[in-house]
Amino acid sequence: MDMKTIIIGVIGNDVHAVGNKIMYRAFTDAGFNVINLGVTVSQEEFINAAIESNADAILVSSLYGQGELDCRGMREKCEEAGIPDILLYVGGNIVIGKQDFDKVEKRYKAMGFDRAFPPGTDPEVDIECLKEDLKIGE
Amino acid sequence: MKPVLLIDFGSTYTKVTAVDVEEEKLLGTAASFTTIFTDINEGLNDAVRKLEEKTGKLDFSERYACSSAAGGLKMISSGLVPELTAEAAKMASLGAGAKVIKVYSFKLTEDDADEIRAAKPDIMLLVGGTDGGNSDCILHNAGVIAGIEDPFPVIIAGNRSAARECERILSPTHKAYICENVMPKFDQLNILPTQKQIRDIFLERIITAKGLSKASDLISGIVNPTPAAVMRGIKLLAEGTGDEPGIGELLAVDVGGATTDVYTVCDGRPTKGNTVFKGLPEPYEKRTVEGDIGMRYSIKGIVLASGIEKISELSGIPADRCEEMIEHLAGHTDEVPTSDEWERLDYALASMAIDTAVDRHAGHITEAYTLMGLSFIQHGKDLSNIHRIIVTGGSLIHTRRTDEIAAHALYCARSPYSLRPVRADILVDRSYIIAAMGLLSEHYPKAALRIMKKELEHLGTVISPDLGSQREDKGFIPDAGPGQCHGF
Repeated sequence: MDMKTIIIGVIGNDVHAVGNKIMYRAFTDAGFNVINLGVTVSQEEFINAAIESNADAILVSSLYGQGELDCRGMREKCEEAGIPDILLYVGGNIVIGKQDFDKVEKRYKAMGFDRAFPPGTDPEVDIECLKEDLKIGE
Repeated sequence: MKPVLLIDFGSTYTKVTAVDVEEEKLLGTAASFTTIFTDINEGLNDAVRKLEEKTGKLDFSERYACSSAAGGLKMISSGLVPELTAEAAKMASLGAGAKVIKVYSFKLTEDDADEIRAAKPDIMLLVGGTDGGNSDCILHNAGVIAGIEDPFPVIIAGNRSAARECERILSPTHKAYICENVMPKFDQLNILPTQKQIRDIFLERIITAKGLSKASDLISGIVNPTPAAVMRGIKLLAEGTGDEPGIGELLAVDVGGATTDVYTVCDGRPTKGNTVFKGLPEPYEKRTVEGDIGMRYSIKGIVLASGIEKISELSGIPADRCEEMIEHLAGHTDEVPTSDEWERLDYALASMAIDTAVDRHAGHITEAYTLMGLSFIQHGKDLSNIHRIIVTGGSLIHTRRTDEIAAHALYCARSPYSLRPVRADILVDRSYIIAAMGLLSEHYPKAALRIMKKELEHLGTVISPDLGSQREDKGFIPDAGPGQCHGF
């Protein structure tokens, strides 16, 4: 099996670094080639890294409540940049306050994200989803 | 006494420098016109004759040369993403002393192919994709380049998975050289192998093509591109040799007639707290060339970048008169200032050339308001802790106001987010010895270092006049923490 390449990072003016490091470790241990862009990552940085490294998925984290603003238009930019079909995930505290996650997920899917994950999701859950979406082990 | 001759075949002048490596001293310098179209040795012999008129007959034990004659080393590069592999390719070429005429990103088009054909590069650098990453772009571009009949050599330094395929595509029409990837992993810069390859090709092919081979019988060592020799000289001066210390991290600016070159030898990492570094890592030895900033051929670029009002303000000459004078100089590129008014104009132009070129070379910072308070995001090199600036170029040598002009390299309130030095000693290279000492350093590093320390003239310390409240207010200066450390 070819090693799948994924891009991870924390979007916007968000400096929460601990979860990002845990994710890096978990995905690497699970056998992914992980490119970790760290904190305060712009949409363009995610997309540029994905182009150069021919990545299979971009996993966006947001912990500070501004995720909806930061993620808006990201799918369109991917389309513009020639990677229209790349898998896009988002997770963390991706909205302000406590909201019904079904509605939140719908909003993110409408923005073009393939999956959205609520606060407190285990990395194992993301890994299973990636394996399914990237058809790993089939 | 053991005299060594150092030669710089420039596009206009052949400059010669004689040193005594035993006494570690400069014997003299001289220049004559470069005679590339007849026999390059004519100009060289004439320069040596002029030199020996000053020094007396010298029996040179060794001769070393560098060259930027016949247009220098013209390179074109193509990469994938502009900020990533295309930028890495540009850094690699400039650092190797090339004149970069164009940098392409993404897939080359037919129009690009026409442009490349017309530009006749000496070397083409083909990159794109991290190792195991994107290969479509570099393969496509190899195909486009293969269609250009002009048989310039091509260096392949992109995704290693695609390298051999690129070579096969190119081989019918071009000599291809495979190198390590300039960006093997995301945000990892690896430009030294490519720079070595550029230098090897320069030796192997370009020297013959540029009519320099006739001189090579006389020359003991290999010929370097001049900017590469300058870079080596500056690096030696900064770092020193094993047993003789250098003068520390430094910035050098050469304001020419057509271009302004800026060199830094420093790591450039964030110096302030709460700062996150973003983008491609910066090379420790970095060279940038501003092709639109120069005192004569590119005089209008200076005005475009800084505005005629600023030139008028600095020179104390009304704006319309400034425009008139600049128009005159653009058409008379060999003129030097002959009166107070023209000197003041050149002062303003040289000041803004340095201001613009250093501003573009230096990194910059943007503010980010996070939940943890104000943070900074840094792109490029932080030069604020550099305390030595070397300047050279006609407009800085032939003036009494060298230090005032050089002070324009410092932090400036007009561009508050640019990470320029804040306080520095100014050194001037009056006899253009740095390239020569870079050549000498390959064989006599200690002598080269000592001669530079002796010959570069120290003009005192300058401090940014804009320093103070602005920087303090922005929170750039306080020791806000350990830097780059975010443990939330």
